[in-house]
Amino acid sequence: MNREGMLNAAVLLGLISVPLWAWAADEPFIITLTTKAAVLALAGVGLNIALGLGGLVSLGHAAFFGIGGYAMGILASHAQTFDPIMEAPFLIEGTKSMPVIWLVAVIASGLAALAIGALSLRTSGVYFIMITLAFGQMLYFFAISWPAYGGEDGLSIYVRNGFPGLNTLDPIQFYGIVFAILLAVLFLTARLARSPFGLALNAARQSAVRVETVGLSPYRLRLMAFVISGMITGLAGALFADLNRFVSPTMFSWQTSGEIMIFVILGGVARLFGPVVGAVLFILLEHLLGGLSDFWHIYLGLLLLLIVLFARGGVIGLLAGRGVAHD
Amino acid sequence: MSTLLLAEQVLNGLQLGIMLFLMAAGLTLVFGVMGLINLAHGSLYMIGAFAAAAVAGATGSFLLALMAALAAAAAAGALVEMLVIRRLYDRDHLDQVLATFALILIFSEGTRWVFGSFPLYLNIPDYLAGPITLPGGIQYPLYRLTLIGIGLVIALGLFLLISRTRLGIQIRAGENDREMIAALGVDISKLYTIVFALGAALAGLAGALVGAIQSVQVGMGEPVLILAFVVIVIGGIGSIKGALVGAILVGLTDTLGGLLLPALFAQFMEASAAQGMGSALASMLIYILMAVVLVVRPTGLYGARA
Amino acid sequence: MTNLVLQTVGISKSFGAIKASRDITLDLRPGEIHALIGPNGAGKSTLIAQIAGGLAPDKGKVLLDGEDVTGLSTAARARRGLGRTFQISALAMEDTVLQNAALGALGARGGPFGMFRPALSDPTLRDVAESALERVGLADHAATRTAELSHGQRRQLEVAVALTLSPKAFVMDEPMAGLGGEGSKAMTGFLDGLRSEAPILLVEHDMDAVFALADRISVLVYGEVIATGSVDEVRANAKVREAYLGEEV
Repeated sequence: MNREGMLNAAVLLGLISVPLWAWAADEPFIITLTTKAAVLALAGVGLNIALGLGGLVSLGHAAFFGIGGYAMGILASHAQTFDPIMEAPFLIEGTKSMPVIWLVAVIASGLAALAIGALSLRTSGVYFIMITLAFGQMLYFFAISWPAYGGEDGLSIYVRNGFPGLNTLDPIQFYGIVFAILLAVLFLTARLARSPFGLALNAARQSAVRVETVGLSPYRLRLMAFVISGMITGLAGALFADLNRFVSPTMFSWQTSGEIMIFVILGGVARLFGPVVGAVLFILLEHLLGGLSDFWHIYLGLLLLLIVLFARGGVIGLLAGRGVAHD
Repeated sequence: MSTLLLAEQVLNGLQLGIMLFLMAAGLTLVFGVMGLINLAHGSLYMIGAFAAAAVAGATGSFLLALMAALAAAAAAGALVEMLVIRRLYDRDHLDQVLATFALILIFSEGTRWVFGSFPLYLNIPDYLAGPITLPGGIQYPLYRLTLIGIGLVIALGLFLLISRTRLGIQIRAGENDREMIAALGVDISKLYTIVFALGAALAGLAGALVGAIQSVQVGMGEPVLILAFVVIVIGGIGSIKGALVGAILVGLTDTLGGLLLPALFAQFMEASAAQGMGSALASMLIYILMAVVLVVRPTGLYGARA
Repeated sequence: MTNLVLQTVGISKSFGAIKASRDITLDLRPGEIHALIGPNGAGKSTLIAQIAGGLAPDKGKVLLDGEDVTGLSTAARARRGLGRTFQISALAMEDTVLQNAALGALGARGGPFGMFRPALSDPTLRDVAESALERVGLADHAATRTAELSHGQRRQLEVAVALTLSPKAFVMDEPMAGLGGEGSKAMTGFLDGLRSEAPILLVEHDMDAVFALADRISVLVYGEVIATGSVDEVRANAKVREAYLGEEV
């Protein structure tokens, strides 16, 4: 096992042992903190497929995070008021079932990613960055000005949604669900990166003209990657909403997009575990620096600046040296 | 709906557009000449507003406040360019996005640290307060009209600067070929600092001018920044003319959409639903405009390059 | 006419005042190597881009196996059997040599893509890729990162990727550049044998290779084909001598 592999294993071990320790020591807050890190890591793993594998600098992933969140918020709020979402032409009721909510979140964010991606991928470079940012902002303003689901104030869900056979109100059980999903998605992402699709996508990032010359369409590859990426980030959004039992337009904000990108960069672009390390580090910093100073974003900003200017490859790059996660 | 109301909203749209132009012009210049995407442009807007509010509070002079906004934003711009930005010209866009995002965090929290979290207020000076009557009997705030005037003068000044002056020639040359102007003996790094500070000054001025009709607070810059991005996508990167046309299109679309869409929906919906639906859709209108432009012309109305 | 594999009919292209291609009519016949030569700036790369896709001619048509492909994308032309190599390598530099070749095999196979099984353990991709590397002499470098290859080896890899497509026609832009004496000789021998699989439109500066290989030569000067013919015909052509040697006619 190389150094990056060992580092990944250590991260996984930490994600298992810290919550278990907190559970034994009756420290539910630590479990919640770890759950938050795992959910944000999942959002980052989603973005990393577009950003790391596809080279698509999307500053609009908050759109999918928010759609996932609102999928949960809308379904659960209808379920808690026993008020169907629509009655005609056919009845659609709300639900408190996590698997159903996840499915809706994934499909809805995938469709949004298809629409946003199809338009944004007509361009590239700076245009792409600005356009994805703008589409994210569009949904943010829509969520604020649409009164039906709380508008600016957001939506509260009083009881966490259910999962068959588990008590989701128990922090460690909810963490178990989130961790299992994170593991599964990491596994699928690792397979994806080595698959024919991953090979072609990766090549399209490095040389679009090469991919065209062998008869493949970089546009389609990128759109597919963007959709998969959006779906995973959407799923993370639904879990984030479940963690907080609250959704608000903030999930759609450009800061959210920026933070998801920070997870990926802090850890290391295109590294399988980059977003996981980044999200854990982000939560740690937020917790430690936030305790020291109300203005901890200054330190976060300085740290990010230093990493971008002097430590390309992120934390994993610093610790494990050069080389890419996929070969 | 009266014609007067419509005329007033057209003027409001124009005013928003002109202010967006001040933001977009700096962004598009910096991108055109240096190939840099600067997310922290909104921070410079905020710095201008805060400098103006602080100086207006201390001296009571609006003119001094505007000068302070220009100077503070230009100085902050030049400083940031020399310390951080110039290390990013040869980097890819991802690095530029991240580093300038980091700058937003630093500027925003720094400002919060110095000025606190509560909004400041910048008052319109007495000689510009109150409405005036325009031909046709339209009552319109003199201050907003002044903003439109200032913006148009600056737009004209920019066109002249770029088409007629030595600096303008260097800027246009820089957009075409970096090596060439270096070979001609132009001090590139000085040129870049000047262009960046110029863009910053325009953003700072816009922040101060708008600060007098809205509140001056941390985070005020980013929504405007994103609107300016929409403007640039519509107008085409690197084109000052595109920035002007795009800005006015966006300003008018946003303002008139907020007025007309709820009214339109009220034709076939009950009033409160129409208001909610209409304003929700109106908030998306400029992005839909952007999407349409993208489908028709992926490089924007006046953009030549991808 | 149907036995012409590749054909350009009256292609013209201008960039502003510069006429990069003037009414160019060329063809590629089965089994031949047709070399395209000309001084720097004659418009060879512009012509190649119009044939392979990526640049649309202002006027004229490109026919591949009798089909008009002028309006088609680069990818569509590749799928119809055009195998192109680049003067300036267009390869996935971070990937291994084998991965680059497997990408070609993937393009040739088309769907299904597959998102789960590793590409390199798919025999339909791996075998095609490995045999192409074997043929150009890069088998030993399969696991090397492409960025670590010499310029000459990158040319070889370009050719290998084109081979994986089993194209109807090759369009090669300076495959000998950077190869050195030995490598050049090996590549010349290889292309010599390749023409029986599919004809080659060859842009090349190495005149020894051109004279050794070409069945026909076309000379491009200022965007115009001033002569087409056998090696001897072109050598004897007065206009060519003038263009290259500055001799008075």
